[in-house]
Amino acid sequence: MSALTTSTTSPGGLAGKAAAGLDELDQRLHPAAGLRKQFNKVFPTHWSFMLGEVALYSFIILLVSGTYLALFFDPSMVEVVYDGPFDNLRGVHMSRAYESALELSFEVRGGLFVRQVHHWAALLFVASMVAHMFRTFFTGAFRKPRETNWIIGILLIFMGMMEGFTGYSLPDDLLSGVGLRIASGFILSIPVAGTWVHFALFGGEFPGTEIIPRLYIVHVFLLPGILLALIGVHLGLVWYQKHTQYPGPGRTENNVVGVRILPVFAAKGGAFFAVTAGVIAILGGVFQINGIWNLGPYDPSHISAGSQPDWYMLFSEGMARIFPPWEIYLFGKYTIPAAFWATVAFLPVLFVVAGAYPAIERRMTGDNALHNLLQRPRDVPVRTSLGVMGITFYVWLVLCGINDWIAYFFHVSLNATTWAGRIGILVLPPIAYWVTYRICIGLQKADRAVLEHGIETGIIKRLPHGEFIEVHQPLGGVDSHGHPIPLAYQGAPVPKRMNQLGSAGAPVSGSLIKPDPLDETEALARARAEAHHAELEAREERQQLELSGRPEAGRPKDSTD
Amino acid sequence: MTPEQLARLAGELDGVDVVHNAEKWPVKGTRAEKRAERAVAGWFVLSALTGLGFVVAFIAWPHEYVSPFEPGYRMYSLYTPVVGFLFGMSVLALGIGVVAYVKKFFPDEVSVQERHDGRSPEVDRRTVVAQLTSAGKSTGIARRKLITRSAGAAAGLLGVGLGVAAIGPLVRNPWKGGDDAALWVTGWRPENGETVYLRRDTGILDEISRVRPEDMEPGSMETVFPFRESERGNEEALLHAQRASDAPVMLIRLRPGTPTIKRAGQEDFNYGDFYAFSKVCSHLGCPTSLYEAQDNRILCPCHQSQFLATEYARPVFGPATRPLAQLPITVDSEGYFVARSDFIEAIGPAFWERRP
Ligand code: HEM
Ligand code: FES
Repeated sequence: MSALTTSTTSPGGLAGKAAAGLDELDQRLHPAAGLRKQFNKVFPTHWSFMLGEVALYSFIILLVSGTYLALFFDPSMVEVVYDGPFDNLRGVHMSRAYESALELSFEVRGGLFVRQVHHWAALLFVASMVAHMFRTFFTGAFRKPRETNWIIGILLIFMGMMEGFTGYSLPDDLLSGVGLRIASGFILSIPVAGTWVHFALFGGEFPGTEIIPRLYIVHVFLLPGILLALIGVHLGLVWYQKHTQYPGPGRTENNVVGVRILPVFAAKGGAFFAVTAGVIAILGGVFQINGIWNLGPYDPSHISAGSQPDWYMLFSEGMARIFPPWEIYLFGKYTIPAAFWATVAFLPVLFVVAGAYPAIERRMTGDNALHNLLQRPRDVPVRTSLGVMGITFYVWLVLCGINDWIAYFFHVSLNATTWAGRIGILVLPPIAYWVTYRICIGLQKADRAVLEHGIETGIIKRLPHGEFIEVHQPLGGVDSHGHPIPLAYQGAPVPKRMNQLGSAGAPVSGSLIKPDPLDETEALARARAEAHHAELEAREERQQLELSGRPEAGRPKDSTD
Repeated sequence: MTPEQLARLAGELDGVDVVHNAEKWPVKGTRAEKRAERAVAGWFVLSALTGLGFVVAFIAWPHEYVSPFEPGYRMYSLYTPVVGFLFGMSVLALGIGVVAYVKKFFPDEVSVQERHDGRSPEVDRRTVVAQLTSAGKSTGIARRKLITRSAGAAAGLLGVGLGVAAIGPLVRNPWKGGDDAALWVTGWRPENGETVYLRRDTGILDEISRVRPEDMEPGSMETVFPFRESERGNEEALLHAQRASDAPVMLIRLRPGTPTIKRAGQEDFNYGDFYAFSKVCSHLGCPTSLYEAQDNRILCPCHQSQFLATEYARPVFGPATRPLAQLPITVDSEGYFVARSDFIEAIGPAFWERRP
């Protein structure tokens, strides 16, 4: 034991101080073993695993920028007459909420920048969550044992949309008000309870003076709190259950191949946070968004044509636009408004179907096994096609949500776009399903062809009897007759071009202007090759030891996670 | 043990095998290495410079509002882009610098860690179940029906009580006032026999402009609000009349001789070629503000419902199901438009209790 505990670094210096500090901490909380285990955690790497991280970073930026806005924003419905620097609105009656949003935009130094950062971060937050969802869907990452995280993710998207909606309702400008007016119509349409729910939420008829202060507390406290808790559980589960990985050399259902938290993953994580923050800040600085001063304060008799909600609400707008006017009257006394079906009835169905998908798939396929290796979308054509069908449905609804712009830009009649929307929503998803299915099968066949015959080299050869053939480079060598030995498909990408086998060589090391001295380049290559060799040898040695019953050097026997 | 051995042991203790961790620059001081170092440092220098630029611009750049017609507008309008760009660039370059550092200098790592998922060892599973059963047994909770039921009743009632206490204060009865409930009436309802005029939307609150038939061209539309003489000078009442969500009305003058169809019970709601419809869309309540004189259609910009002005504003396209409510109007002895009564049906989006 003493060999472990006696310090091997010289006392003093930075390392010594750090060791002493850690020791003090350890005497009190003894985190040593726990910390080591966390630092040691191995994470698989792939660019697509970053989408969830982007969502997390945008959320952090929302928290920070939102807190700053809250120092200046005043969610009050008191009527005031504007007397600020912005000429166009001077003398206009407005709510204090709108006035304070104007102050933020015109008088607080950097306030407009923070407002725009907040709004861009909100757009990116929802967008990256949706992209992340598609990644987990198409690769089957949601399969057992990770269904819980799938459901949490669906909840997060829903809450994220609500958070965004409550957010852009706050400034009480014309766009906010129109959005709220439509939401008020949604709520009124609920059978039996609609008017009661509406009066409870709005404190009376639309708009009243209570809704904005209420939305405010929901927006800055309730939903962020819930989001934060859900994100915490979501990440906790990723950590605890360990990340999935794509199939590849050495990767099995029972291991994780990647990099450790320290140093690579932590450094990259911090760096990506900075990259996300930087991109959002540039967007927020350079691209104006939600110029609330353009449209003026909310006024129920005004509207600007072509006013659109943020992108993530467009699909519900689209549904409201194309849904046919089917109203139900009961007993000559009661009404179920047509709008109910397109809005309050439709939205939950969408989210419930999405949330239930893992259970449905498990049921249909009877696959109850644990899965840690991801799938390539082409290898699961039914799921992939269902997913593309869902995306088509969604994107079509988004397009329906901007049909007035489409009609305007392409000079088609508005009514034609509505009818196209109605027909398209029924016809396009099945077509998308069929096309995707065919593409998946085609890609599968192409992979199998390469594994069986090799890569097309692009070299055409003429045989003695006159036949032309293309020369293939087999991946698994050839048998004694010169025929390629077919390889089995492993669920990993198959090289399709010769360059992927390195046939084009490596670029010459050097600057743009001149190559490095040859001796240096060669020395580096040699040293790297030697190090690689040494690594392989050391590894073999260790394996030998293990096989010959190595004394268990303090390795815990019930290594739980 | 050497530090290297200890580090390896750290991995092994947690089931981590670092199979590949090659140093990037095994030969020191090559040109390639120096170049890599300069590239990384370059990003950090860029970050530092833009960071400095940000601080200077944030403080020194003119940020106070200047209108587009005054000198200095250009500089002012660049405040946010300049500050945002410099700040963003500084953070971005910092991030890219770290990524570049990781890529160019961190060892290329491949580590393998075992997973331990699936069921817990049998002994754990069985003992925890046993623990639960024995806890249940020893407290006798299963046998004591009286206690479980009374405890259940206590928790349930307290829960219901808390729920009522939480929701109670929010609840407002929408039907308070019976036939005068908020959803049945609008600002057009005559009170104390006072005349309700149609005033136009001039954009200025206390500039009252009542509407007369000769003010409007055939084939035109105006937005009007209720106005009572007693409200003259009372800013609050005027504002309320204009901002109430159920008040806006479209007054439309059809071209003479346009054939019309009237709804049963509303035959005399118009005044000649003048028709007044609620501006609140019967779909979800947006202001239906586009009147096309060619085909007499009223279009709601929200979901593009279209209503036919010549046929009691019945919906002819889009998601709306019900006509826009019609306001009965006439002209008083002085020649001004007045409302003869409130609407005879609930305006705007439908709800459960709305009679068909
Ligand atoms: C703790 C977290 C948050 C706080 C404290 C916060 C605070 C605020 C405040 C005070 C405003 C009104 C100021 C203004 O409109 O200029 C606002 C607006 C807004 N918030 Fe948040 N927010 C938070 C999180 C979020 C999240 C997670 C989203 C999106 C998913 C979001 C989306 C929005 C949007 C779209 C606006 C309208 C911005 C605009 O007017 O341009 N917020 N937020
Ligand atoms: S609100 Fe008018 S069409 Fe929907």
